[in-house]
Amino acid sequence: MATVRLNVNGQNRVIEDVDAQTPLLWVLRDSLGLVGTKYGCGVAQCGACTVHMNGNPVRSCQIPAAAASGAAITTVEGLAKADGTLHVVQQAWMDHDVPQCGYCQAGQMMSASALLAQNPKPTDADIDAAMAGNLCRCGTYHRIRKAIHSAAEKLQKRG
Amino acid sequence: MNTVTEGRLAAERHVLEILSAAEAQVPATAATFSRRSFLKVTGLASGGLVLAFWMGDEATAVAAEAAGGAKSFAPNAFLQIAADGTITILSKGPEIGQGIKTAFPMIIAEELDADWSKVKIEQAPINPKVFGRQSAGGSRSIPTSWDQLRQAGAVGRAMLVSAAAAEWKVPATELTTEKSFVIHKASGRKLAYGALAAKAAALPVPDAKSVSLKERKDYKIIGTSIHGVDNRKVVTGAPLFGIDQTLPGMLYAVYEKCPATGGKVKEANLDQILKLPGVKQAFIVEGNGRTTEVMPGVAILATTTWGAFSAKRQLRVVWDETNAATDSSNEILAKAQELGKLAQGPGVVRADGDVDKALATAAKQVEAFYSYPFVSHSPLEPMNTTAWVKGDTVELWSPTQTPDPALGLVANTLGIPVDNVKINQTRVGGGFGRRLMNDYACEAAQISKQAGGIPVKLQWTREDDMTHDFYRPAGFHSFKGAVDGYGKLTAWANHFITFTVDGKVPSNSANYPADEFPAMLVPNYRVTQSLLQLGTPTGPWRAPRSNGIAFAVQSFLHELSAAAGRDHLEFLIDVMGEPRWLEPRTEFALNTERAIAVIKLAAEKAGWGRKLPEGRGMGLAFHFSHAGHFAEVAEVSVDRAKRLTVHQVTVVGDIGPIINMSGSLAQCEGAVIDGLSTMFGLEITIEAGRVQQSNYDRYPILRQGMHIPKIESHFIQSAYPPTGIGEPSLPPVAPAICNAIFAASGQRVRTLPLVKSGYTLA
Repeated sequence: MATVRLNVNGQNRVIEDVDAQTPLLWVLRDSLGLVGTKYGCGVAQCGACTVHMNGNPVRSCQIPAAAASGAAITTVEGLAKADGTLHVVQQAWMDHDVPQCGYCQAGQMMSASALLAQNPKPTDADIDAAMAGNLCRCGTYHRIRKAIHSAAEKLQKRG
Repeated sequence: MNTVTEGRLAAERHVLEILSAAEAQVPATAATFSRRSFLKVTGLASGGLVLAFWMGDEATAVAAEAAGGAKSFAPNAFLQIAADGTITILSKGPEIGQGIKTAFPMIIAEELDADWSKVKIEQAPINPKVFGRQSAGGSRSIPTSWDQLRQAGAVGRAMLVSAAAAEWKVPATELTTEKSFVIHKASGRKLAYGALAAKAAALPVPDAKSVSLKERKDYKIIGTSIHGVDNRKVVTGAPLFGIDQTLPGMLYAVYEKCPATGGKVKEANLDQILKLPGVKQAFIVEGNGRTTEVMPGVAILATTTWGAFSAKRQLRVVWDETNAATDSSNEILAKAQELGKLAQGPGVVRADGDVDKALATAAKQVEAFYSYPFVSHSPLEPMNTTAWVKGDTVELWSPTQTPDPALGLVANTLGIPVDNVKINQTRVGGGFGRRLMNDYACEAAQISKQAGGIPVKLQWTREDDMTHDFYRPAGFHSFKGAVDGYGKLTAWANHFITFTVDGKVPSNSANYPADEFPAMLVPNYRVTQSLLQLGTPTGPWRAPRSNGIAFAVQSFLHELSAAAGRDHLEFLIDVMGEPRWLEPRTEFALNTERAIAVIKLAAEKAGWGRKLPEGRGMGLAFHFSHAGHFAEVAEVSVDRAKRLTVHQVTVVGDIGPIINMSGSLAQCEGAVIDGLSTMFGLEITIEAGRVQQSNYDRYPILRQGMHIPKIESHFIQSAYPPTGIGEPSLPPVAPAICNAIFAASGQRVRTLPLVKSGYTLA
């Protein structure tokens, strides 16, 4: 058992008495109560657990918590601003009614927001490449694509 | 008969009841309204109006009692208007991604003439004595609640109008309503609903049947696109789902069952497990032998999910498989192919006319053998439930599609009265029929009990989820069909090879409905069946039965039109014949006029008949299921290496008026993706009673970038009452694509999934 120090959504968190090999996913959910990040498969096949680690989308079910120590972790709870202003991706997800059951959407939005941060004007092929790791069992792929394009347009307008 | 089999049979009966209830063809509530029991009006402490509506005298008693103590007011569904104008509407059914939490309140708000922007939606508590049907299944939520919810809104509106009429001393007939205001145009006066709420609450309740309902042309909310009411919570990661629930002092539980259904625990290395970090308890659960409740296994309780998951990997169980399933997909296929050589099976599903004579005298006869595999539901949220047994009571937080029957199942599992079970409905991370079952809820309750009455969250792993499903049964169809010299369909014989648990009747969702298309449309029509023993549980999967049958039937129909040398559009319309309702001649039956209309519009929208380049083709398929008439056209390209491109799927449906356009289009889009995903690459295989796929790596659900076709959906909003959208757009997807593959390449697909025949996605 170990003590793990994480920086999650801009806050330093200390998790004591935890198995250092515990995947980040379960530390976020069970230790920190950040349950927006979802468990879907446990083997990096579905993307429901996607979070940002130093801005990169990672599958938190595959990252031992200790390995995330020192990195800046962002979860879906940290996507909006502290004043409640939604991230452009979150707003686009609402505007396009992307969610059906909604279970995968935290992971989808984390992949999408990471994509837009690195590539503010993605093509369909860019979206395919960036989003292929995120399964949606309800089949909301069209709306996800539309929402990403519309979020990109908003970012362009903001300059 | 041994106890395991009795348990299995009891479970089979339960699933049948669930499905029958889900697919009931009578609006569940409308008939039981009475004036006295329909509405209860009570003043709020805040001076607002509460309208509660429910069915039956017992419900009245329960709700009236609850209303007396304002804190626990529990009607079946209700709307509440506060003095500040806030309108709260409870949505009674589980939200599983089908959008019902938005659609139900839209109906009430429409008749109330509410300002939607000021409506708050809350999930209703689970209490079937008060609420009636609270399940989500069979695409029945809308048709069984349509009248009830419209009347609820209309009664509320009528009372607000009466209150305003009294206030202004004008006849109610001179008043109109709009966006939460009552308006007297003649004098230019208006009053907000909030300002009228206290006065309205003091008025007598009008008879629900006496209030007039809106005409469709006057709808302002119904038929528009309304955003999902929980969108903001979903996109901000709020704790909505079953998996997100926590209780103080809760332990995290996992449960290991025999990989072959029906195996019992002989021994397990519990001493070793108990020494692992974070593990607090580990014990054997005997179970009651019912797959729908609790099968035998080993429970491990730990302080974290990861602790429980890790310990489960160290668990070694020796199983007694004396009564366990021994199914083998390979053996099943071999037996089915052998049986398929027979023209008929021993069971008669339906026999009209003289099929053998018609076949013998036909101008052209076609024979074919079709098959499709077992598939799993695999919703993205693995099964889970949080349960807390306290003495002889239990409270659960469960992502279920059927909270009302879950009460009885949990009560039976624990041996306590059903009134001692409380279920809190959570949002559901995908249903698709899997969560019509409540096995995970029963397990959680049993584990909490055996652990000494502590709160536990039972979390299945993805592997548990995929290997302990109630699978969409595989199916095998041995067809003979014929057309006469004019190319008219004259004979249809289908020897259906399916499964059984008891050796007598088909397993759940493995039966063949006697009215399935094209029954009643072919003069000489015969469906017979043979039963293969199966120990692995089966169950409803999105559009149960039709999801597989449509592939076989609508593909074979295309084989017949091709044999007749006729255009499939024209042939299909000809098969429908004169405009009429088929039996049972209700909104839940096929209507040939509605069918022809969707077929024609789908063809028109897709540009049916237009000249296509070499290697490109269009396929048309219709299917009627779950009260929905749907026709779909797929346009595909196939090259010589069997690389498939699905360019577009055009969906046209008639389910009457659309409630939420955005949600309904989403269901069509999802159904096409689900249909394509499943028909292209998904298959569950079983050997030695063990399901061989355990995670998405071997069960490759369609991904973004894996070739998502363009989807165009249209609705014919006919004058009939509205029916559901979750299921009926799915069945035509596979045959439309397979018929298009034939048009493009001349290759007939008779086995799913497509990967088995060497197809890849371009």
